[in-house]
Amino acid sequence: MAPASPSRLILSRRDLDFLLHDWLRVDELTKRPRYAEHSRDTFDAVLDLAEEIAAEHFAPHNRTSDEHEPRMVDGRVELVPEIGAALRVFTAAGLMAGAFDEELGGMQLPHAVAEAALAWFKAANVATSSYPFLTMANARLLIAHGSREQVDTFVRPMVEGRWFGTMALSEPQAGSSLSDITTRAEPADDGSYRLTGNKMWISGGDHELTENIVHLVLAKIPGGPPGVKGISLFVVPKYLVRDDGSLGERNDVVLAGLNHKMGYRGTTNTLLNFGEGVHTPGGRAGAVGYLVGEPHHGLTYMFHMMNEARIAVGMGATALGYTGYLHALDYARTRTQGRSPAAKDPSAPPVRLVEHADVRRMLLQAKCYAEGGLALGLYCARLVDEEQTAEAGADRARAHLLLEVLTPIAKAWPSQYGPVADDLAIQVHGGYGYTRDYPVEQFYRDNRLNPIHEGTNGIQAIDLLGRKVVMHDGAGLRLLLSTIRATTARAGGTAWAGFAADLEVAVDRLGAVTAALWSPGDPELALANASAYLEAAGHVVVGWLWLEQVLAVEASADPRSNFAEGKRAAARFFARWELPTVHTRFDLLESLDRTVLDTPDHWL
Amino acid sequence: MNIVVLVKQVPDSGSERKLDPADNTVARAGADNVINEMDEYAIEEALVVKEAHGGEVTILTVGPDSAADAIRKALSMGADRAVHVTDEAMHGSCAVQTSAVLAAALQQMDYDLILCGAESTDGQVSVMPALLAERLGIPQLSGARKLTIDDGVAKVERQTDGGFWALEAPLPAIVSTWDTINEPRYPSFKGIMAAKKKPVETKTLADLGIDPSTVGLASATSQVLDFSGRPPKGEGVKVADEGDGADKLVEYLASQKIV
Repeated sequence: MAPASPSRLILSRRDLDFLLHDWLRVDELTKRPRYAEHSRDTFDAVLDLAEEIAAEHFAPHNRTSDEHEPRMVDGRVELVPEIGAALRVFTAAGLMAGAFDEELGGMQLPHAVAEAALAWFKAANVATSSYPFLTMANARLLIAHGSREQVDTFVRPMVEGRWFGTMALSEPQAGSSLSDITTRAEPADDGSYRLTGNKMWISGGDHELTENIVHLVLAKIPGGPPGVKGISLFVVPKYLVRDDGSLGERNDVVLAGLNHKMGYRGTTNTLLNFGEGVHTPGGRAGAVGYLVGEPHHGLTYMFHMMNEARIAVGMGATALGYTGYLHALDYARTRTQGRSPAAKDPSAPPVRLVEHADVRRMLLQAKCYAEGGLALGLYCARLVDEEQTAEAGADRARAHLLLEVLTPIAKAWPSQYGPVADDLAIQVHGGYGYTRDYPVEQFYRDNRLNPIHEGTNGIQAIDLLGRKVVMHDGAGLRLLLSTIRATTARAGGTAWAGFAADLEVAVDRLGAVTAALWSPGDPELALANASAYLEAAGHVVVGWLWLEQVLAVEASADPRSNFAEGKRAAARFFARWELPTVHTRFDLLESLDRTVLDTPDHWL
Repeated sequence: MNIVVLVKQVPDSGSERKLDPADNTVARAGADNVINEMDEYAIEEALVVKEAHGGEVTILTVGPDSAADAIRKALSMGADRAVHVTDEAMHGSCAVQTSAVLAAALQQMDYDLILCGAESTDGQVSVMPALLAERLGIPQLSGARKLTIDDGVAKVERQTDGGFWALEAPLPAIVSTWDTINEPRYPSFKGIMAAKKKPVETKTLADLGIDPSTVGLASATSQVLDFSGRPPKGEGVKVADEGDGADKLVEYLASQKIV
């Protein structure tokens, strides 16, 4: 069995500190009323705590829970006990409550710091960490749209970590297309509803980790409008809750089966049946559910929290890519193999892998993706803080608009390139990387989920090109382009002026290509090339954030350290090896290529 | 009950540790400094005693400004207050000198029980509880794997190679703990926020009435004269199994005095 990863192989605290403090200046947030109780000390203590618990309680069973995936025994889910033990430590330390309001027992951490702290858990053990992350997403949604009573009944036990939550959206026949769901919610006399239907791909859908599970379920109330406008949101607890908060009858929601996955194996993924009469709460079949907010607004509520959820998925992909990179770097520094091309003496001892230029090429590429993804995720989390707490209304609106444009990129770019970083990590390990004796193959398998869930990357591409860059007459795109140009202007006259000039050319083309794609007024043609557009836009954005990072390095207290030189080398690599690839995509997009659109299925 | 826990900040034993070649002292600046691991067990035990008997837990540490990080962690775990003795003149002090400083600080405090880790991972001299017991004229119960406080008496099980000794002493007393005594808690988010508001008193040698010339490297009772790095790992020994592999293995283990 592979040994557990020490914290230096999970994430880089140095990089997190650099990004949060030298670059994003999160300590400035402590001047705002919401974060007034915080200081650099509390931020450091939270990151210390996250690192320690991730290394001591999450990393050690990452392989165990992969090898012993959840089993269904007598209608219940059996998990390796280490998952529950780790989560008890996680909740006891108050980590579940991090970003929530003090009034709910939370710590009111800035999102940027909370995301940085949670990244330790994603990198150490993404499968175990998904139980609390789903619970936090569920709680956030109820806080935003649920009634006071629903918050008291369901959110408080979740923030305390006594109950976990799920998001039950997909059905066997309806995954990406939620307008086709068929789960029904019939109104009952007492104001509640009775739900009937099947939900598929429900992570954390059943387990014995907590005494209750709070499902947030999308369903249609009969007689409502067709399509997405007829979808409502319901709270459906596994056990009904009495007025005094104690657990009552078993609700009519049962585990029908488990999905057996490529990765994320410690996260139980379920098919749930609602309202089949296995249990009969109140003497009859039907899962008891409580409407959240107004009828038929379910999807709007669900998507209200989408930016944060998508940034969080992008951070997960980054974290897995980052830990893969660190493991590959460690391996390349210890494993010896071959000699340098310049070596004359074949009997000389072999050199370390990292001394081969092509291995350093792979490591630099993985470093660009890992650290670039981390910069992207934390920048967006910082924008969430701006959106919610900036003093001036105009600043909040600006942050909101920029976040809207960046969200599909923050989700899709790390989900595409995080797995590539893991792929490179396997390659650096050579044959050993392909065996289960080393953890990199698991990082790759785990990370392969991220382009699929929380809106596939194809959907992100359509969201970006079809909605985000054209909404408000293109205001979001203009804001993004002007924000990038502000950085390139700052780089003028510095050692990075060349990189900035290249970036300006790419930024100009991004604006021009967007206009060109929409000029024929044919959405089908434009969106047929949306994925290439997303990839190019993503590389422009991450190129910009690499320029931002090196400008911060130049201004930092220790600009000659190995860390600083590493940032420079990775920025140079991105400028030379990665950024130029956008032009191939821009050429394709500008040509309004019809190849994909004009290929009927019977030719394939 | 007033409980004082002695806490030392040390370079993380899991990271690369160095001696400063200029004066052969532990290189603390630039190291990855943490609370001495064994001290976390002492802090936990203090919190357990407080939970059972009431009172207050005070952290006492001697060290440079950076030791404030160790104090903050101890306060986040649940200790109530801290005293930080810091003075440039103490650089390079030996255990005997440090014990004089700690004793002087303790004499300015109210204590019923003093807890400390059985050793620090940097110096590993492991004499501090004995030195303090002598200076303060109180009993020492060392190497505890279990502690109970009963009617003004501390009872411990002292861990030994073959089992344990049952010891007891009237309070005030000093008790040193092994890592078998408990499982230290992590700080909690609530504890981290609360720690900001807890009092930390900083004292210099002058505050303790100690003459600076009696401490520090120049007048230390012991000094590191020379040091060298750990020798690199040698080539391993390969045993070819020609039907007699087991015998060869046993022979090798015996030659190394492992069996």
